[in-house]
Amino acid sequence: MSALLSLRGVSKRFGGLIAVNRMDFDVGEHEVLGLIGPNGSGKSTTLNLISGAFPVSAGSISLRGQAISHLAAQEINRRGIARTFQLVRLLPSMTVLENVKAGAVFGHRRRWGNEANVIAEAMLEKVGLAGRGHMTIGQLTYIDSKRVELARALAGEPRVILLDEWLAGLNPTELEEGIRLIRSLRDDGCTIILVEHVMDAIRSLCDRCVVMAAGTKIAEGTPADVLSDTAVIRAYLGDDDA
Amino acid sequence: MDVVVTGLLLGGTYALIAMGLNLQYGMARIMNLANGEMLVAGAFVAFWFWTGGQISPLLTVFLVAPVAFLLNWLIYVIFLRPLAKRAKSRGQLEVDAILTTFGLSFVAVGLMLAFFGGEYFSYSYLSTPVYIFGDTYGANRVTAFLAAVLICGALWLWLARSRAGMTIRAISVAPESARLVGIDVRRTAALAFALGGAVTATGGSLISTFLTLDASTGVIFTLKALVIVIMGGVGDVRGTIVAALLLGLLETFVARLIDPGLTLAAAYLLFVVILLFRPQGLFGRPTA
Amino acid sequence: MTKLSSRDWGNLSLAGLAIIVAACLPWSAGAYNLTIGVTIAMYTVLATSWALFSGPTHYISLATAAFFGVGAYVTGIGIQHLPYWSLLPIAGIIGAVMAALVGLATLRLSGVYFVIFTLGLAEFVRQIITWSQNISGTKGIYVLTSINEADIYWQLLGLAALVWLIGWLIGRSRLGFALRIIGDDEAVAKHSGIDTARAKILLFMVPGAVAAITGAILAPRYVYLEPSLAFTPMLSFQVVIMALLGGTGRLWGPLVGVIPFTFLWETISASFPNQTTLLLGLCFLVIVYLLPKGFVGLIDALRNRLNKGEAWA
Repeated sequence: MSALLSLRGVSKRFGGLIAVNRMDFDVGEHEVLGLIGPNGSGKSTTLNLISGAFPVSAGSISLRGQAISHLAAQEINRRGIARTFQLVRLLPSMTVLENVKAGAVFGHRRRWGNEANVIAEAMLEKVGLAGRGHMTIGQLTYIDSKRVELARALAGEPRVILLDEWLAGLNPTELEEGIRLIRSLRDDGCTIILVEHVMDAIRSLCDRCVVMAAGTKIAEGTPADVLSDTAVIRAYLGDDDA
Repeated sequence: MDVVVTGLLLGGTYALIAMGLNLQYGMARIMNLANGEMLVAGAFVAFWFWTGGQISPLLTVFLVAPVAFLLNWLIYVIFLRPLAKRAKSRGQLEVDAILTTFGLSFVAVGLMLAFFGGEYFSYSYLSTPVYIFGDTYGANRVTAFLAAVLICGALWLWLARSRAGMTIRAISVAPESARLVGIDVRRTAALAFALGGAVTATGGSLISTFLTLDASTGVIFTLKALVIVIMGGVGDVRGTIVAALLLGLLETFVARLIDPGLTLAAAYLLFVVILLFRPQGLFGRPTA
Repeated sequence: MTKLSSRDWGNLSLAGLAIIVAACLPWSAGAYNLTIGVTIAMYTVLATSWALFSGPTHYISLATAAFFGVGAYVTGIGIQHLPYWSLLPIAGIIGAVMAALVGLATLRLSGVYFVIFTLGLAEFVRQIITWSQNISGTKGIYVLTSINEADIYWQLLGLAALVWLIGWLIGRSRLGFALRIIGDDEAVAKHSGIDTARAKILLFMVPGAVAAITGAILAPRYVYLEPSLAFTPMLSFQVVIMALLGGTGRLWGPLVGVIPFTFLWETISASFPNQTTLLLGLCFLVIVYLLPKGFVGLIDALRNRLNKGEAWA
């Protein structure tokens, strides 16, 4: 299987701190990859490097064989990598539909006019918010605001979607709905990288997992294999709970 | 050679003024565009005492500094703190602070015109040398420079060593963490702002001994101080001093060799170069 | 581009009608009122184009005087060599290029840097022109034309119509949508595939070009053109005040600020000429503390209160 997205020796330094240290992994087409590890292990930083929130210090990231690690965030998004944020970021002065349309108009496929509206409506329906496009952001519940953000990422019809703790902070019922939603994306053939803490979600959603601790990859494999790996268990439960 | 010395003398006084702005912008996080007016006010008081009672500007400073401190503290508490409270984002606060301090600067100019300067340029002359020292340089310039060095040095020591100084530096580096270790960020910011105003006003009193000023020149000094602060690095005391000396040198060179009318243009060009090549300041590390 | 709704057509024809009515002023008003009319038209053009950029981006531009002065000098110098009508587009192009350069240098950085940069720009250009005039031994330029006050007024009115049209078209375009997103959250904009720096630079070229054209139109009014006249920094501040006083949220917002402010300014400068600075300062404070969204915000709030109970409230 040829990789859709691959990281080779990717590192990120903040001053003296090495947040991500020589990460290598691939994501194949239609694959759901879980990026897991204890807090502060560099998962979100890795996601930020892929999406171009800040530049890599070393190494390269490529999408379908083309290097993207030198590109600005907007260019990476146009090439087909869309993301959600750890703390939900919606556009407060716009309606729900306009928020989603933002993804359709400027994302990977860059649609305009009626076409963008059709996509935005379709994505709202996909995330379970059909007919609520006219609502303002202030009227949304927490999970619904997460859904809108997901719909915005989807609306550009990206090749890869990065979800940064999208399931965090949901109550048990919402969590079940959230997992179902992501599974439906997976069934549609979306390629997803998932930074996640919820073990149930990782087990039921991911094809493969990359485990990080202190900025490095310590394990890679199927969820079942990885979660029984002693190194992983030590990383989670042992001395490293920073 | 005398160009270099004159430039350094001028730069020393600039350092003091820029230090005041840096305390306000770097520490209290308010870009105070009314900073230059505080300078002019300090200069005016010095002039007034000198012409009225032959009181040396070096003594006037001891009155100007506490009054300016109090005034700036009031400005911070009355005008700026409510903005910080209501701002939804850093950008919003920035815009509000810019507009407010511009407003205050115009009000200050208007008031100074109304109360002291119906005749506009009348109080602009205070260039009588105070002490007669050394070479061919005006004694007033040397005195102002020495006083500026003294104050800058004291301020530097105070920021580096004293508890209050460390608190101020803490809120400039990491306001959130400072809160966690029990620093009253709001009070400290007010303190830094007030102190910055006092330092600038003192600089104004000193600079009035050798420069001609009028009620509306404040904005030029604000611009120069801003250029220095940005060149030296926001919140960086050492950088501010180096940048101030550089600007003093550059201005003196341009004035002597090309045209005295181009000093601000030169400062502006320097600013453009800094923005293009080192927006993080001379000694700053790139943030990205 | 989406089709025009009947409401769009209504607004368009209303705006067209208003401009036609305004165009009749030179025939009905005396010399003094026409002068006021020119002032209002000038600030409307400047403030509206200013708000097109600063409204959505929240960058406060103080470069108006720089663009205006450069435009005035285009007419002042060019009138001896070129036909008048060719000067306006030349001024526009120079203004747009200047704005693009300023934008390239500053719009990637924080708003504070932009304010300082634009504030210094007018002073910089003024010092350079004064210096080059000193070298060549000239002081000012005579701008002698047969253009009268009414001609200036009609040109400004035409320019105002053009600015509104451009603003309206931007609002309906991809660029307009991108700017609303940038105004809300720049990081989201970037991660949604918007080249934020490019969008801001493109947009900043509009007030740059418009202010330069305005300067070019008004130059004949001065007769004798000097740097201190063409690059007066007060112009930049007045434009900011009027636009914010009216409100940048709507296309017609600045107009609502320009008209009352012009009359207030005329009154104050007639009876207390030394207090215009104070007035300007107080207006800034009023805007920040009492009218953060300008008159437009006030009108919207009143309208919302009237509509209370209906779907929107």
